[in-house]
Amino acid sequence: MSGSSGRGRFGQEEIIFAIAVIVFGVFSVMVPDFLSAGNIVSMVQSVSVLGILGLGMAITILGRGVDLSMVASMSVAIAWMLVQLNAGAPLVQALPMAIAFSVLVGIINGVLVAYVEIPAIFATLAIGVTVYGFGKFFLVESDVNHLPEAWRWLADMVAARPLGVPVPVIAFLGCAAVAHLGLRYLRDGRFIYAMGDNPIAARTTGVPVRVMMVLQYVISALIALLAGLIMTMLVTSMNTRIVSGTLVYDVILVVVLGGISLSGGRGGILSVVVGTLLIGIMLNGMTMLNLTYTAQNVIKALILLLALVLDTLINPRDEQTAQQGDI
Amino acid sequence: MASDLFTRWRYKLVPDKIVGEILSKSWVDNAIPFLFLMIALAVFGALLPSMFTAGSMSGMTRTAGEYLLVALGLTIVIMAGGIDLSVGSVFALANLSMLALGGVVGLPWGVAALVVLAMGGLIGLVNGVLIGYLRLRAFLTTLVMLIIVRAVTDTLLLSYSKDITSVQIMSPVWEFLAFKTVFGVAPSFLVALALAALAHFVLTRLRPGWHILAVGGSRRAAHNAGIDVRRTVCLTYVISGALAAAAGIFYAARLASLGNDTGLGLEITILTAVVLGGTSLGGGRGSVFKTVLGVIIVVIITNSLIRLGLRSGASSLVLGTILLMAVAIDVRWLKNRAKLLARSYVAPTYFALPPLQKVSRAPDTPYAINDLLSDAEPIGVGQVDGPEDVILDAEGNLYCGSRDGDIIRFLAPDHKVREVYAHIGGSTLGLAFDRDGSLLVCVGGMGLYKVTRAREVIKLSDETTRSWLSIVDDSRMRLADDLDIAPDGRVFFSEATIRYEMHDWIIDALEGRGNGRIICYDPRDGSSRTVLSGRQFPNGICMVPDGQSFLFAETWGCRISRFYYDGPKRGRVEAVIPDLPGYPDNINLASDGNFWCGIIGMRAPAFDLAQKMPKFRKHMVMQIARDEWLYPNMNTGGVIKFDLSGKIVQSLWDGVGERHPQVTSIREHKGYLYLGGIFNNRIGRYKIPGADPEWTGPGAYWGAKP
Repeated sequence: MSGSSGRGRFGQEEIIFAIAVIVFGVFSVMVPDFLSAGNIVSMVQSVSVLGILGLGMAITILGRGVDLSMVASMSVAIAWMLVQLNAGAPLVQALPMAIAFSVLVGIINGVLVAYVEIPAIFATLAIGVTVYGFGKFFLVESDVNHLPEAWRWLADMVAARPLGVPVPVIAFLGCAAVAHLGLRYLRDGRFIYAMGDNPIAARTTGVPVRVMMVLQYVISALIALLAGLIMTMLVTSMNTRIVSGTLVYDVILVVVLGGISLSGGRGGILSVVVGTLLIGIMLNGMTMLNLTYTAQNVIKALILLLALVLDTLINPRDEQTAQQGDI
Repeated sequence: MASDLFTRWRYKLVPDKIVGEILSKSWVDNAIPFLFLMIALAVFGALLPSMFTAGSMSGMTRTAGEYLLVALGLTIVIMAGGIDLSVGSVFALANLSMLALGGVVGLPWGVAALVVLAMGGLIGLVNGVLIGYLRLRAFLTTLVMLIIVRAVTDTLLLSYSKDITSVQIMSPVWEFLAFKTVFGVAPSFLVALALAALAHFVLTRLRPGWHILAVGGSRRAAHNAGIDVRRTVCLTYVISGALAAAAGIFYAARLASLGNDTGLGLEITILTAVVLGGTSLGGGRGSVFKTVLGVIIVVIITNSLIRLGLRSGASSLVLGTILLMAVAIDVRWLKNRAKLLARSYVAPTYFALPPLQKVSRAPDTPYAINDLLSDAEPIGVGQVDGPEDVILDAEGNLYCGSRDGDIIRFLAPDHKVREVYAHIGGSTLGLAFDRDGSLLVCVGGMGLYKVTRAREVIKLSDETTRSWLSIVDDSRMRLADDLDIAPDGRVFFSEATIRYEMHDWIIDALEGRGNGRIICYDPRDGSSRTVLSGRQFPNGICMVPDGQSFLFAETWGCRISRFYYDGPKRGRVEAVIPDLPGYPDNINLASDGNFWCGIIGMRAPAFDLAQKMPKFRKHMVMQIARDEWLYPNMNTGGVIKFDLSGKIVQSLWDGVGERHPQVTSIREHKGYLYLGGIFNNRIGRYKIPGADPEWTGPGAYWGAKP
């Protein structure tokens, strides 16, 4: 159950890591200044947010779910927090409310998937749309919400570099370590793998599958909130329009690329780290090559498509246990 | 008692059974979206009085036409078990390419439209190959396609938008598509409706449509049945892509404008429409009609939200919520429908039986228990499975039905040799010989059949007149039970219940309602019509030799009555025995002019009481497992002989209960009584002391053969 599937000599993680190294090499030759310390730091910093989101997504996918509502819940919760801060509320009020909001979204996702039995991919997509609409209608008036001056010191804290390592990177690696240990050594972590591998068997064995599913979506919503916090502190604002962008697919890309199977139960946190590394390098390199945003989208989408094809070939869907209507 | 009176009228006046019968109809799936439509119309009609003016309506049909085109494609994809999220981007790309090809490039609009359609189909083909042939996940694959096509569209938009908007397409047809209406309806809507009708025809009547539904219903089963699953799946995406492009063309005609939000989020809107209509995610269930309904609802809602001028986010919120609700209802409904139906279908009503007659070993009572049948000699032990009815021909050969769909014959004189006389394919429940020696058979679940002397099986009747107010289709015969033939050749046969299938026959007892009927088949013109309905499990039928009436037994009613089909009393029913202590089955003639009747089970006070408590039985059905329900006793019974005045002449029992604990059929033949039982593994032969040793059934009916 470790990251590599153990099928061949090289698992997907090793392959992706090798590709990342090659791409890194190619870019360092092709792109001037690619190897400069400033660029490398900004590269790992910008990709950390993606990586943290990927951790949340990885946990749901490992448990045979998926959470397409992450970006929506993140942006609405953070934007709401900023609105409250701008209205003069203290952080100790605004942050817990944002946390509560995220937990609520997670619980709704979990209940819809576990108890109402709506396919996860569908429930979370619809919840994403609904949460965005709810947020825009009731909580957040404008698209862009800035961090008020009074709280700028928070941003400065995130921008700090203890020992030369940016805080977002520390956060990402810290989260990855916690998630890795949790998945590997905690009982609930093992349960998530068991559910992803075979939900019916897990249920028969006595794993509280439904409760675990709810937990899984609450965790992913909270991780999304953390990623959102870091993202906001980096740019001192939150634009709710990222919901209609392709961020959530980048997150899936990071996860699937690293070798976490969409049918659940296979892969590990290391896969996310490796996937994040490759995508980070590529995004940075493409930006420095002056590719347009839309061209980057096409390239990313094609890579994701390729990753999906690879995933299907490496982890073929089992006709006997695949559920009818599993789309 | 006053409370009994109240209960009786309450169940007489309120037809509880229609709830279950409506739920069992497939059109009930449309009820929820229809209700939704009514609510949407009422709410927005009240909020926006101007919405239902002719101008506004024809404006809505333009949007609805485009939506419906996209939704048709998505419906087909979903019915085959997939999903296509790329439609929004394909729509946008089609809009852009149409304006570019028709305007800047200067192709005639028809050619440009064809090229755009082909392009949509091509994108669909890519989806189809990836999902159908490479077996990728439909949801993510089409999502990626959504991003790619959107990115391509945006790129093109950046470079060429100025050029494109500067040139207009000039053509009268194009103008017509863009601005004109036909009787207030936009051309796009008419085209979409025509395509919807075509799609409906293909899906319900043609082989490719059946293949799509079969693949959606069960991929593996479809593959095993020889359907090319991969090609079918692929095809659905091609259709969807082409239809999304078609919608884009109409959009181009309508607005002739470019924008980077064209078709943004369209996939969610269309998905909401399709699912709201009642097409199930996961495939196999759905219809084009449902989608039309769903599209109309969604167009009304989105249109009204725009007019209400709410803040941005409102339409996302509303659509997302509706989508979730629709999916949740769909998932729960699909999962629980069968359970709900099984439980709500049983609709007990009030039924009070007359006081229970004493049945004991005391010798002076009419139903005194004895052990006479314990001595019946067995015939064909282990060679028959459930001989519900038995009959003998003039030569003395013994025929019986069997649960495995055969009519079995034991040859005269000693009935040791067994042969399959005819294979009929259903459970044989009633047998009678007609004048020329053909065997007429009532087959449960099939109807009335005839087996000629040459062993040819001919269907005589399997449907009768449909009653106008019945919700269940009562024209088909569910449980033809027993028959007899009048001297003029008309066949009267009973149908025990119109509400339950053969294997659920005993549940009919829990209802306490007259669900059965008696049907007359007239061989002169081959017609069947119902002569008597609303009877409680009519079972045995036996002609009275007066040529104008017959006796019939109502099993759950515990009574035997006489019905006049001819003569001065025509149409009347008279009670013969109103208060049997058990549940009567077949009735047949006895050699001394009386009648034999088999008793399949005995009444018990607990069940009799339950029949007076419909609420109790409803609770029972709703709350406990089917195996635990209180059923009538079907374990003990016997045979009675009675005369036309209803006097019990004799009763025969197997007190030990070893050979013939219950009897469903009896035939007298040359001084012997032959006994059949639906749960038995044999036929019994009992010597009747003092009976006419020359009397035979066919002889009594049709006279001695020359």
